[in-house]
Amino acid sequence: MKAFRIFTAGLAGLVLAASAHAAGDAKHPHAPEGGWPFEGVTGQFDQASLQRGYQVYKEVCSSCHSMKLMSYRNLGEPGGPFYDPEYPNPNDNPYVKALAAQNEILSPTPNDIGEFDYRPATPADRFRSPYPNVNAARAANNGAAPPDLSVITKARHGGASYVYSLLSGYPAPDAFVEREVDGETVTYVDMSKLGGHGGHGEEHAEGLLRLNPGQYYNPYMAGDTTPNYLGDPRHNPPGGFLAMPPQLIEGRVEYTDGTPATVEQMAHDVAQFLAWAGEPKQTKRKSLGLAVMVYLGLLTILLWFSYKRIWRNVEH
Amino acid sequence: MSGHESSYTPTNAFTKWLDTRLPLVRFAQDTAINFPTPKNLNYWYTFGGILAVCLVIQIVTGVILAMHYEASVDGAFASVERIMRDVPFGWLLRYIHANGASMFFLAVYIHMFRGLYYGSYKAPREILWILGCVIYLLMMGTAFLGYMLPWGQMSYHGSNVITGLFGAIPLIGESIQTWLMGGPSIGNQTLQRFFALHYLLPFMIAGAVVLHVWALHVPGNNNPTGVEVQDVKKDTVPFHPYYTVKDAFAIVIFLIMFAVFVFYAPNVLGHADNYVEANPLVTPAHIVPEWYLLPFYAILRAITFDLGPIPAKLLGVIFMFAAIAVLFVLPWLDTSKVKSMRYRPVAKQFFFGFVAVCLMLGWCGASVPTDPVIKALQGKPTLVVSYTDNGDEVTSEYKGGAEAYEDAKSFMDSLPADASPSLSAVPAPTFQFKHLSLILTFCYFGFFILLFFLGLTEKPKELPESIHKSVLKRHKDADAVATPAE
Amino acid sequence: MTDIPAHEHGELIDEDRRNFIHIATGAAAFGGAAMFAWVAVDQWNPAADTKAASALDVDISKVPLGSEIRVLIGGKPFFIRHRTPAEIAAAESVDVSTLRDPQTDDERLRPMQNGELNRAILITSGACTHLGCVPVGPAQGNTGEFGGWYCPCHGSEYDTSGRIRKGPAPTNLPVPDYKYVSDTVVNISL
Repeated sequence: MKAFRIFTAGLAGLVLAASAHAAGDAKHPHAPEGGWPFEGVTGQFDQASLQRGYQVYKEVCSSCHSMKLMSYRNLGEPGGPFYDPEYPNPNDNPYVKALAAQNEILSPTPNDIGEFDYRPATPADRFRSPYPNVNAARAANNGAAPPDLSVITKARHGGASYVYSLLSGYPAPDAFVEREVDGETVTYVDMSKLGGHGGHGEEHAEGLLRLNPGQYYNPYMAGDTTPNYLGDPRHNPPGGFLAMPPQLIEGRVEYTDGTPATVEQMAHDVAQFLAWAGEPKQTKRKSLGLAVMVYLGLLTILLWFSYKRIWRNVEH
Repeated sequence: MSGHESSYTPTNAFTKWLDTRLPLVRFAQDTAINFPTPKNLNYWYTFGGILAVCLVIQIVTGVILAMHYEASVDGAFASVERIMRDVPFGWLLRYIHANGASMFFLAVYIHMFRGLYYGSYKAPREILWILGCVIYLLMMGTAFLGYMLPWGQMSYHGSNVITGLFGAIPLIGESIQTWLMGGPSIGNQTLQRFFALHYLLPFMIAGAVVLHVWALHVPGNNNPTGVEVQDVKKDTVPFHPYYTVKDAFAIVIFLIMFAVFVFYAPNVLGHADNYVEANPLVTPAHIVPEWYLLPFYAILRAITFDLGPIPAKLLGVIFMFAAIAVLFVLPWLDTSKVKSMRYRPVAKQFFFGFVAVCLMLGWCGASVPTDPVIKALQGKPTLVVSYTDNGDEVTSEYKGGAEAYEDAKSFMDSLPADASPSLSAVPAPTFQFKHLSLILTFCYFGFFILLFFLGLTEKPKELPESIHKSVLKRHKDADAVATPAE
Repeated sequence: MTDIPAHEHGELIDEDRRNFIHIATGAAAFGGAAMFAWVAVDQWNPAADTKAASALDVDISKVPLGSEIRVLIGGKPFFIRHRTPAEIAAAESVDVSTLRDPQTDDERLRPMQNGELNRAILITSGACTHLGCVPVGPAQGNTGEFGGWYCPCHGSEYDTSGRIRKGPAPTNLPVPDYKYVSDTVVNISL
């Protein structure tokens, strides 16, 4: 019987371990060196990194990606990138107001004669969307509408690490090979030259991967490379194709705080910014959790003694 | 013990006046305070109290969330995130509610397995057990409806699959499906009606719980020995304070685990895809229900064969519903007169096997049916070159390491231009999750059939004379072990 | 250990109830429930997005002379009235001491950015101080006995400075918190 119990417990563990394993054949995303500051029970966001991350979002991502659930006021809320203890109400924070005003948005309410004006945003307004609707987004991007980034770190396995790995994990420029096939130029990725974060001792695929026009290869993207792979089909490379070209090129933004804008740095900052935006209340959640745990622990001890005392004269 | 005498005596003028008009205090005294409860109940018996707490938590947080939620396809997703971001403590309330569903099911499964182990479904507690099954069914309905409300990808496509189950019913299936959805597809009207029902069902659960407790209080609690109470004075203690404090202790331990999920891992039991707003044009690659429905999902998918005139799709649905329906007739399937499996050595082994089968069915439900169960046992895939030779489709296979690929390549190069060869990798046949699911499905139903025959042949251990004596004996044994010198 | 049948140790239970540990446990449990109750109460307070939408910039150059525009801020009505010289004069000539809620016209105006009062523009709440109905005004063709507003619910009459002159309303129409962002735009907040 004991054997059965151990067997059952082992199976339960196995089931849990198996369900934790995310499906998909993409490469497993990894955190930057040193991990994320916001992870763990007492993790906090790095405010300077959040500020840089907002800059990367504003200058790079926001030209195609919306963040419809975010308002400019969120930037100045406690825990946010531009929180200033002097302005507990972010709507009064002059820096947040100035950041909002940099964006011309289409007013969500009609003016006196029923038309919709463009005006500078206020802290209460939502982040400016690059396209008025999904059809426009699709039309402007070869049929693939860029996903909204508001909760992207919650919507992908691996969260911030996924964003970081994807953005910094595109093949290095010298991995691309062009060949003439039937009079047309076709671009291939030479898998043996795949740069980025390949160094995990994983088996590297050899051979060429054909890129369809308007498609880019990324080993962290979920998908299937089988149809495009020219090498041994038993070892097709991990990852998939996406419509977004590599965006983070060294020096793409000029950080206001003087941090060198390497690809890793920008990916790190914007991933952290998106992790904050995906759940602005997470540090508050963890700190409240600590208090609740302490409370429940104390209550458990008290109840244990109560229980012992009440049952002390009863055999059971 | 049935209908035990009321021990309540009103003490002052007001309580006397009240007792002759609405004997509320008497009722509370008799059912929740003085109720004689076997004194040998272990911690597995605290899950009833834990479940009551779960239901209250879900109803309270749910009613609050409904004050902020917007049941429309355009607004649902954003309104949930508004709760997470803008409503004071909204994130807390939503995470409690979302994880509370999982906690509720965890507790109900332990509660059900406990009832199964100690034979709590046997006479005179059949109605009690059936009411429990009704509650479980209502819980599954409520959970399914609630999972739709955030209007994420899993919400939408999960609802699509479940309503599609009804489409498997012959002749009238499609009409029922259209009626359920209120249109050709899941839409705003579906979301609104499912929201209304999601609000209604918990109160039906609460009503069923009242009946469940009523049905419990007529015969009284079962207990780990399965021997009924014979002497109220010796065998029982009043429910309060003995079991209120024991339940409270277990509840707080349970709440600690609950809080770990809410505060430190609020999304691990969910799916990342449900943070993508519903898009009817794209189904997520790997669509699975929440963990607590996985065993039934595995049974549904295990059936891939037709049985006579019954197509596989319908058969899967029949098996899935049968897996729940069998619980309703369990009191009559088990022929053993002995309640507790403590005294049924053979049945006990099968019980633990059954628990393992349920867990493994859950594992199968979470996995891709065509994936190998044990990756290490899967052989190397075979390279297959398909080409045309004089208009016929021909294939040529290559096995082995890198040289097999070279061989296949050079063979392809040697073919004439019009052969249009293509190379693909065919995985080696292996033991897949769909095979395991099918075996486990038969094990699942086999257990219930087995209970029928086992009860007729099994030789149970000797039962204790009474609860009191079994407790005394256990303590004597423990003393003997502790002080062997005496 | 001796086993005492449950119903015979009522005294023990009574003793238990007075035990310190039970009181501490009960208090701790009650405290936890109270904390959760606070969460359930606090969630009814205005949400962050609701609070953020409680200010509005209004272009006062569009208000027609002798009439008014009405705006909603956070769902509450406000009047922005462009007064004629005659209406200003009427508002200023009232003997303040005779009023139910004594206030001069100047006290009901806010300075522009250059520090001067813009007497032509009067901004007040649009809810009658009696029971919260929205009074009718020049736009509805009824300015009441004193040229300001008239509340159709219970007959309160306001003058051209929004002060209560007659009827059941106890106080003047309150002046909201507003400031001139430019000569033609005012920012009104709750």
